[in-house]
Amino acid sequence: MSEPLTATKLSNSSEETAGSRRFSFRIELDPSRKDSPWWITILSVLLALVLCGIFIGANGMNPVTVYMKMITGAFGTSFGLTETLVKSIPLLLCGIGVAIAYRISVWNIGAEGQFLAGAMAATAVTVYFPGLPGYLTIPLMVLCGIIGGGIWGLLTAIPRTYFQVNELITSLMLNYVAIHALNYFVFGPWKDPKGMNFPGSPMFTEAQSLPLVGDTRLHYGLIFAIAGVLLYAFLIRYTRWGYELRLIGANPEAARNAGIRISRHILLVMLISGGMAGLAGMSEVSGVTHRLMYGISPGYGYTAIIVAWLAKLNPLALIVSSFLFGGLIVGGYSVQTIGLPSSISSMMQGAILFCLIAGGMAYKFRIRRNG
Amino acid sequence: MSEMYSVVMNQIVKRFGPVIANDHVDFRAKTGEIHALLGENGVGKSTMMCMLSGVYRPTSGEIVLHGKPVHIRSPKDAMKLGIGMVFQNFRLVPNMTAAENIVLGEASSFWRGPNWIKRKQEEVEALARHFGLGFPVNRPIWQLSVGEQQRVEIVKTLYRGADLIILDEPTSVLTPVEAEQLFETLYQMKAEGKTVILTTHKLKEVMASSDRISVMRKGKLTHTLDKADTNERELARLMVGKEMAVAKSLESHSPGKPLLIVEKLDVYADHGRKALNQLELRVNEGEIVGVAGVAGNGQSELAEVLTGLRAWRKGSIRFNGGELHNGSVRGAIEAGIAHVPENRMKSGLAGSLGAVDNLLFKTYRTKERSRFGFLRTSANRAWTQSLIEQFDVKTPSVDAPVRQLSGGNQQKLLFAREIHQDPLLMVAVHPTQGLDVGASEGVHQLLARMRGEGKGVLLISEDLDEVMQLSDRILVIYNGQMVGELARGEASREQIGMYMAGLRESGEEQAV
Amino acid sequence: MELITQLLVAAVSSGTPLLIATLGGILIERSGIIQLGAEGLMLMGAVIACITYLNTGSLGITIAATFAISAVLGVIHAFLCVTLRANQIVSGLAMTLFGAGLSAYLGKSIAGQPVTGAVPKLDLPWLEPIPVVGSMFAHLDLFTWLSFLLVIGMHLYIHRTSWGLHLRAIGDNPPTADVMGLRVQTLRYSYVIAGSMLIGLAGADMLLVYSPTWIEGLTAGRGWIAVALIIFARWNPVRALFCAYFFGALDTLGFRIQLIGSDIPSYFLKMIPYIVTILVLMFLGWRNRNKPSGAPEALGSPYIREQRF
Repeated sequence: MSEPLTATKLSNSSEETAGSRRFSFRIELDPSRKDSPWWITILSVLLALVLCGIFIGANGMNPVTVYMKMITGAFGTSFGLTETLVKSIPLLLCGIGVAIAYRISVWNIGAEGQFLAGAMAATAVTVYFPGLPGYLTIPLMVLCGIIGGGIWGLLTAIPRTYFQVNELITSLMLNYVAIHALNYFVFGPWKDPKGMNFPGSPMFTEAQSLPLVGDTRLHYGLIFAIAGVLLYAFLIRYTRWGYELRLIGANPEAARNAGIRISRHILLVMLISGGMAGLAGMSEVSGVTHRLMYGISPGYGYTAIIVAWLAKLNPLALIVSSFLFGGLIVGGYSVQTIGLPSSISSMMQGAILFCLIAGGMAYKFRIRRNG
Repeated sequence: MSEMYSVVMNQIVKRFGPVIANDHVDFRAKTGEIHALLGENGVGKSTMMCMLSGVYRPTSGEIVLHGKPVHIRSPKDAMKLGIGMVFQNFRLVPNMTAAENIVLGEASSFWRGPNWIKRKQEEVEALARHFGLGFPVNRPIWQLSVGEQQRVEIVKTLYRGADLIILDEPTSVLTPVEAEQLFETLYQMKAEGKTVILTTHKLKEVMASSDRISVMRKGKLTHTLDKADTNERELARLMVGKEMAVAKSLESHSPGKPLLIVEKLDVYADHGRKALNQLELRVNEGEIVGVAGVAGNGQSELAEVLTGLRAWRKGSIRFNGGELHNGSVRGAIEAGIAHVPENRMKSGLAGSLGAVDNLLFKTYRTKERSRFGFLRTSANRAWTQSLIEQFDVKTPSVDAPVRQLSGGNQQKLLFAREIHQDPLLMVAVHPTQGLDVGASEGVHQLLARMRGEGKGVLLISEDLDEVMQLSDRILVIYNGQMVGELARGEASREQIGMYMAGLRESGEEQAV
Repeated sequence: MELITQLLVAAVSSGTPLLIATLGGILIERSGIIQLGAEGLMLMGAVIACITYLNTGSLGITIAATFAISAVLGVIHAFLCVTLRANQIVSGLAMTLFGAGLSAYLGKSIAGQPVTGAVPKLDLPWLEPIPVVGSMFAHLDLFTWLSFLLVIGMHLYIHRTSWGLHLRAIGDNPPTADVMGLRVQTLRYSYVIAGSMLIGLAGADMLLVYSPTWIEGLTAGRGWIAVALIIFARWNPVRALFCAYFFGALDTLGFRIQLIGSDIPSYFLKMIPYIVTILVLMFLGWRNRNKPSGAPEALGSPYIREQRF
């Protein structure tokens, strides 16, 4: 009964396909392609710039002028360059932190909160031990910063390992908790009594501040950052522990078969991840602002996610990408003079991350002709 | 003349990137016959059938159905053309009921109240009964046994009015008794004028069930024969390409002292289901013990417990004179238990890492491989190089990601790692799954060599031939218990099949 | 009695944006795509709603604009996750960061300008006599009623219609859905877009009804709470209703406690919803340790037909 009906249908559809076949292309995954090369990364960033250019244009500005202004603002003057370096210190430290977590697929997006926790812990040293000499107080602040950030990281790791709670949500919720805690301190108990109601702790003394390089605002926190990167690179590549992390990252189930306790690694990695961000917080209060204050981070912890992704978790590339994003933040401030909001830099950050993912994946495809 | 063929596939080519899966294949099946597509694992049988069912599209070539050329671009097209396929890995949604699975994709009636569901359930039940296929229609799929799931799959194709039914390795998940029932159903379909194509690598089945046979080798279809004109021996020769060495069993020898003694073991699977129930097991030195059984009767859990991946609740495991640490992978490795896991790329190897990192898995803590927490990088590379040569692993370099290697080379790499530790016991789970005859032979030799060296081997496999060929003793696992034990020589397929189905010799259902 | 009613009203009004966002998330995740960009989508929805309403004064155009922008963002997410098969977690993160940045950029000029009376209240005096809840139901706004309809509609859709069956199939087992003739990729695109539109609407609701002035980072993590709510609700729209109101109540609790005149600094009260989110997730994790989470089984895994086994 249904035979002739199917047959007519068939001939129709076959003609259709025969016609379209000549010109049709197919896009499929090319298994031989894995990591995208550097030029894809650059293309992706350029694409992001073009996309943001549309929004800038919509605001009645010429995107090229704006970008030029940003570049000269960030890299063109010695003031801009040192500012960029100053911004790249916390980005690099937080970037190492999130990169190490991403290596084992722990999606820590709480670097912001861990940064604040570190900053608060370091400030606590100055508030409660105000008279200590520099050679004691700075190491103590470093230690407390790392521990503070590390504990904040553990608060994410413990629910994840023992209660199977998605670390993305926990780490993000803890960012808000940290912000409110910070506000409590700077509006409440730690508020500078001589500060004319400014929401911030008393200014740090010389002994509580990281030394500066020459006359610039650049501080010796840079050494922490560089040392952190080198240590991270070395640990991953040459140690047993680094091997275990690589294995967990490549195939967690196989790592379990090799006798590696993944939960223990998650705890340790989140402790380190948070610790790095905490160190960033310490170096920021002690080296740049010299006090704990309201709104101390312009979103370093979030930018660090993109820093790490742009660097593909590669230690040395982290240095480059944190420098670039430091420049992006400074460039964002510099275009305020021509009437654009500084949030232009966070818009560009998001667009860059989008394009990086798209570019990295698109590279794995290849267009084939059908037939 | 094309009228008598319901399917004609002409000069089909299918490439996956650089790999050619099907190389100018001509295949034709007559209306109303049971046609077997015979070939080893990985020769492209399933790929051919997936093109017929619209899962893949051919790179080039032509498909003619009932004399009309067709382009099958999607499973939906195939369905409209009356083609239904029962895949080896069932295409069922586990959280839905059998009836829901069967009506899935049906466009009619947007609104589905309780009445509609009831009517459909009755319809499905009637259809199933007609073809002698029984299963509960309103229970979720995950509660059904594998055999029942397959029946759901078959009814699904029938429900959609398929007159060409393709079954991909249908008996690999069935007990011999269930396989018999399946063949009955296939005869019934044939009697109603439906065309049945089944792919398989089992010669006995082909001879038992089919009318005509096409043999595939290395992506090409080499012969098509009538069953009446051929025999098992000829088919074997055509399939392998040479006279297949008659699988010879190992010479029996008297095993050594007990190595592994498992007593009254209770193990729970994820989500609290009891997977092993008072399980008893003993492996001696110099002995291969085969564990046969239908998938999901506790095999995976047994392997996991022995290798420390899963903890046990009750009972004891004594190994080499001492107690085994409960749930410690490191404890198992250090005690000398090697493990070839079920799915090598899923849990045995890290695909994106190179050979060095993959070989280091279990030895990186030893002082030969690392010192004071630092890896001895150059020594490890040299060591990798020597192991690769010793085990004849073909890889472009020691750093090339192992996912680029062929299945056989991956398995060799895995065996190199496991045997290199000089273990006392090898737990091998489906060690030849997905390998061709040559590579399987290599794996069998490695296992036999371990036995010769006085080591114990626990071979867990669904391939009954493999188990019967290699094992000194065969244990049959059913519902988390060893229900039968047979020595080499006294085991027959029929008897093992009875045990696998949970039946004693008397044919009574065992009380659980 | 009065207090209960007050708390209920507060819970519903602050819970409605959460509810709509959660429903959108459920729709997306049921199709097998992880949606972590809710925060960014809500922010974009809110800022666009604010700009359009201030410029046009028309609720219809405002909603249309919100839908349009959210749909575009949905298309981007779907393109990355479905077509390019990118990491869905990172794509969601990118959506959050991009949405936060772009909304701050776009909203600079309108920050601080109040938006009032955009969404009409439906006065239904004949509901008044119902005890406790009557006075609340008699004066709900349009979006709240819409959210009730959405809950019922989505529940029936998922469990009582053929399309709902398809939705469950593509989320649980896309290869099966594919061989059964469903267009997995197309369907996933549609659900990601539809869900994103709902999440954008949640942002608009938040701005137009609950907190009618645009400030940078207006949602303050509510998008992420909505992500957590999807898990609490076990991907079920009816549960989502109760979970959202529970969190809505928590959200206003701090404010209430302050009104009573408590000594607890307001900063700690503001932490409550975030901390409770973590604690509830931990409790659920502990209670369901031996049970499936209810998540669609193929959640997070892209589907490709031409795959070698």
